[in-house]
Amino acid sequence: MSEHQYTPKSKFGKWFNDRLPLLTLANHLTDYPTPKNLNYWWTFGGILTFCLITQIVTGLVLAMHYIAHADMAFDSVEHIMRDVNYGWLIRYIHANGASMFFLAVYIHIFRSLFYGSYKAPREIIWIIGIIIYLLMMAAAFMGYVLPWGQMSFWGATVITNLFSAIPLVGEGIVTWLWGGYSVDNPTLTRFFTLHYLIPFLILGLVVLHIWALHVPGNNNPVGIDIQKPSKDTVPFHPYIVIKDGFALLMFMIVFAFFVFYTPNILGHADNYIEANPLVTPAHIVPEWYLLPFYAILRSVPDKLLGVIAMLSAIFILAALPWLDTSKIRSAVFRPLYRQFYWILVADVLILGYVGAMPAEGLYLLIARVATAYYFLHFLVVLPILGFKEKTLPIPLSITEPILGGSPNLAAAKNKESLNIK
Amino acid sequence: MSEKKTDRRDFLFTATYAVGAVGVAATIWPMIDQMNPDASVKALASTEVDVSSVNPGKTITVLWRGKPVFIRRRTQDEIVEAKSVSLKDLKHPEKDEDRAKNPEWLVMLGVCTHLGCVPLDQKGDYNGWFCPCHGSHYDISGRIRKGPAPTNMEIPKYEFVNANTIKIG
Repeated sequence: MSEHQYTPKSKFGKWFNDRLPLLTLANHLTDYPTPKNLNYWWTFGGILTFCLITQIVTGLVLAMHYIAHADMAFDSVEHIMRDVNYGWLIRYIHANGASMFFLAVYIHIFRSLFYGSYKAPREIIWIIGIIIYLLMMAAAFMGYVLPWGQMSFWGATVITNLFSAIPLVGEGIVTWLWGGYSVDNPTLTRFFTLHYLIPFLILGLVVLHIWALHVPGNNNPVGIDIQKPSKDTVPFHPYIVIKDGFALLMFMIVFAFFVFYTPNILGHADNYIEANPLVTPAHIVPEWYLLPFYAILRSVPDKLLGVIAMLSAIFILAALPWLDTSKIRSAVFRPLYRQFYWILVADVLILGYVGAMPAEGLYLLIARVATAYYFLHFLVVLPILGFKEKTLPIPLSITEPILGGSPNLAAAKNKESLNIK
Repeated sequence: MSEKKTDRRDFLFTATYAVGAVGVAATIWPMIDQMNPDASVKALASTEVDVSSVNPGKTITVLWRGKPVFIRRRTQDEIVEAKSVSLKDLKHPEKDEDRAKNPEWLVMLGVCTHLGCVPLDQKGDYNGWFCPCHGSHYDISGRIRKGPAPTNMEIPKYEFVNANTIKIG
């Protein structure tokens, strides 16, 4: 929290703040010293907060009209689309909002990967972020089940059946999850309850995520530790607020494009057919944001190992702060890591593409190579790179490369006495 | 604090924790067990099906416990084919005789053992069933031959009540 003691100006403010220091908190958030070189990749935290609030508000409104019953869910969604005032708008915002949420979270995650934001002392921020990401996937999956269309039903069947891969207790767990012998009404009602609950869990974790962030402060594109407050920082308000606000507006243009011009492009036509337990759609595909993991699942020919590989692909991220052995955070000063980073980005995009294709022939081969590389990146490349890579000299402060000439180490060392204050 | 030997108070603490833990567990269990199949779901445990209108070479699909059950009246060729497969070629070795007590009738859960999709009839490389989700091929006895599914399609408990009626469950 703030180094200096904050005293509210008004008498009432002081009286209130002595009893509940909300104004101190507000002051901390306003004055919070932020690195002055944050680029637009840093605006996605604010954008994600906007996405979460949007999903909660539109979700609450939808829940006023939706009926969580196997016989009525499908019709109630059509009722929202056709009869409820602005129901079409609210549902399209909610459905596309999920995709926008994941778009923003992937940019946010890959920003951390590029600038090494997960490294000490920010491991806890990173791990909380991974938990939020897991909860987002759970919420998105359960939300997709609620309209009770064909993709809802069969997506739910396939995903819950993943647990049947667990030896001995697997079948029992699946029956327990379903509340029956197949996905049916008991499954729908519990998914609705959990879908309602999870966003509030995420909200709580977001508070912890930001709290943990405010202890060491933001990482920055140069990736060095900075003095706070100093000439390397600016107050959060108004500088970052304005920058975040502008980025949010740009993001909302993309969001609105999907909502108003192609509201169904990210969904599946099959989900406008009511759930039928006797017919499986010819081609079951999860939503786009789960495709890379789906590709990993399908690339392993064994059921249990496939499930393990898919879950490991997510959980390996939590171990990233310890797998990456490099002391340098930002990829700007890591010429080799920078190349491997872009290979990883391409690898994940390829996994996403083959995840949407049938699991056969060349696609299967590509999926297997890409899966192997994904794990290779985290388990082999990153640990070795930290020891082998010859990194570039890092500047001593954010302002030094601009005001103090070249970021050359020898030159920088000479200026050391001048710059540190 | 110096080293102390266990006294009466330590015993009371331990006993209190133990009783508390049992109490918490006993309270949590109903919260967990309520998610298991309820009495109304379990009550739908058996279904009777009239199969008199099923001709040889045809499959009907009936719903049992929310899941599809395939009832196929197999032709003579199909029976011969199912019986002629060597157990060595099977991923999950089961004799056809053990899967179809009456070889003319194959009654099995129409649920792929990979991730629970409904396989398509008369498709795939083995003239049996093919699961469109992740590409598992089953033969005319419902045995897994190729693809990610680990086991053969399950045979539910069933019996012929009379020549034309099968009771599943």
